[in-house]
Amino acid sequence: MNIPTLASCIAAGKSPSILFWVGCAGSFDQRAQSISKAFALILQRVGIDFAILGKEECCTGDPARRAGNEFLFQMMAYQNIQTLNGYGVKKIVTTCPHCFNTLKNEYPELGGNYEVIHHTVLLQQLLDEGKIRIKEGGVFKGKRIVYHDSCYLGRANGIYEAPRKVLEMLDSELVEMKRCRSNGLCCGAGGAQMFKEEEKGNTRINKARTDEALETAVSIVAAACPFCNTMLTDGIKGAEKEESVKVLDIAEIIEKGMITE
Amino acid sequence: MTALSLTQSLLFSGLTVLAISLVAKRAKMILRTIKLGRSEQVEGPKIKRWKNVLLLALGQQKMFRKPGVALLHLIVYAGFIIINIEIVEIILDGIVGQHRLFAPVLGSLYPLLINAFEALAVLVLLACVVFIIRRNIKSITRLQSNDLNGWPKKDATIILGAEIILMSLFLVMNASDTLLQERNHLGYNQHPTGNFWISSLLHPFLNNWSNQGLVVVERVSWWLHIAGIYAFLNYLPYSKHLHIILAFPNAYFSKLEPAGKMENMPAIQQEVIYAMQPELAPTDTTTNPARFGARDVVDLSWKNLLDAYSCTECGRCSSVCPANQTGKLLSPRKIMMDTRDRLEEIGKTLGKNGAWQEDGHSLLHDYISVEEINACTTCNACVQECPVSINPLDIILQLRRNLVMEESNTPAEWATLFGNVENNFAPWKFNPEDRENWIHPA
Repeated sequence: MNIPTLASCIAAGKSPSILFWVGCAGSFDQRAQSISKAFALILQRVGIDFAILGKEECCTGDPARRAGNEFLFQMMAYQNIQTLNGYGVKKIVTTCPHCFNTLKNEYPELGGNYEVIHHTVLLQQLLDEGKIRIKEGGVFKGKRIVYHDSCYLGRANGIYEAPRKVLEMLDSELVEMKRCRSNGLCCGAGGAQMFKEEEKGNTRINKARTDEALETAVSIVAAACPFCNTMLTDGIKGAEKEESVKVLDIAEIIEKGMITE
Repeated sequence: MTALSLTQSLLFSGLTVLAISLVAKRAKMILRTIKLGRSEQVEGPKIKRWKNVLLLALGQQKMFRKPGVALLHLIVYAGFIIINIEIVEIILDGIVGQHRLFAPVLGSLYPLLINAFEALAVLVLLACVVFIIRRNIKSITRLQSNDLNGWPKKDATIILGAEIILMSLFLVMNASDTLLQERNHLGYNQHPTGNFWISSLLHPFLNNWSNQGLVVVERVSWWLHIAGIYAFLNYLPYSKHLHIILAFPNAYFSKLEPAGKMENMPAIQQEVIYAMQPELAPTDTTTNPARFGARDVVDLSWKNLLDAYSCTECGRCSSVCPANQTGKLLSPRKIMMDTRDRLEEIGKTLGKNGAWQEDGHSLLHDYISVEEINACTTCNACVQECPVSINPLDIILQLRRNLVMEESNTPAEWATLFGNVENNFAPWKFNPEDRENWIHPA
């Protein structure tokens, strides 16, 4: 796989139509790296002209800001906006709802104005336009899938339908948890909780959410956030169900389910 | 002859003036404490704000996320408001010393209206009984939570009890009145209204009473009904029941931006710009540094403080909070109740001294603990759920900012997180040079 950086594109006199913001999880976390790969593979198959920032990409500052460190957030935002504006970036797609929220909602008043979309929304567009077509009788045929709403896509930004519309294109059975859409229960990772031990309680949040997912008797839990993915994967391991239930990102599902000719 | 003697009329007018001036005094105090908050721009189109008032406050849209309770709540709310149209007549009767002033004016419409009011009164009464039962059975955890121990529980019972009593008085008043009309008793016979459907069902209990006895029953119900309403009006701003008024401004001022957006801190933004581009920094550095985040209620915005006074402690926020539901100390409802309690404490000194002085207490630590605010996942479930557009998350995040930036009080893991973001540009300690390794694994 070869993915150009924006720097190399500009140097070659090319300006890609969209920047893929990989995010720290997508870059470094082993599990999330395969989400980045799956999504990049889809973009390449569809023939979308895209680039990444590569080493020039920094944390958006989301976890620092939510943990209370506004200085650090502003420093990261300043750096990223300098880079993005320097390259004249207009459109960004990201596989991380936290990066999505920060880039879309919090950078504009700091001078960073871009069209930012989440990968599930782009995937829905590509499916609607017929640029992605789903294999009939593919690996997901007849499988039960449940979608877990990411807080930063759902309640934070009102995106409930795009991920579901994408999953509905498969010849599998899409089911819902008792708490879904605006009632969806958090996986436990947001607000920088991903990076610290939970406070004292009687159970873990990711366990509570995993139990709700397991109640639906599915073989696949679909996620649209690398942090939800980690939390639910841990929950399923804790319940010793990792043989029968997999947590997959929507990009991974589409990458496996699409016609590749 | 009129129903009210001159003495009664004067007494009534005096009571009315007293009730209104007392409630105005309290309203002024609340407004003053809300204004202690930091200023916050109200942004976004007015048309959207008015739409929120109509849908969220008047239409109680979010209540219908739980349809059964929503219907009961709507009955109590609509019933109470509509029946209070009758208050206009009662007040005018009281001041001019008339009895059923509107009866001759409205003609045949009058009994119809009173019949409708009586039907609503019964519905309100029944709904309140259901609410009292709901509050005292164990199955609804959000109503059994420790958040409500003491005064909050009593407050809720007082309100429901008061509504039941007021509705009963309204029915007894009508029953004794119509019976006196039937008996052609002087003072009750000039505008005969005929029996009303529901209150006439009480006649069998009153038939044996003498006219004098009935007059006493009617007068006592009349006086208690109106005095009860004045008392309720004055109780309102000391209780969680204030939401029936503040839900409206709170819906109007609620945030229109995506819920995920955190409020910017322009002072820090500026400071970072100066650090990065020193040539832009002003040479005059005598300006006092602003407070970082919020330590006390006066550091919060006035909207946060309005939120606190609008909270009716229903606990929908805490019942959906992932931290609260997994046994953590955090309860978004308690965050709002604490904010209000602290405001009340400050309000008391304001009342005594005319101005607020540091009293050595603060919202952070004295009311809300570090463990509580560190348990939040910022999932916005509490914000989504609140029927009156309260945002507990906004307060939690401002307290976190103060903890980190003024006290350097942060969990060790978060200190590590900060270090990694600062030095490695990622929350984990990876080499920034390896950022593209996901494409070509080593």
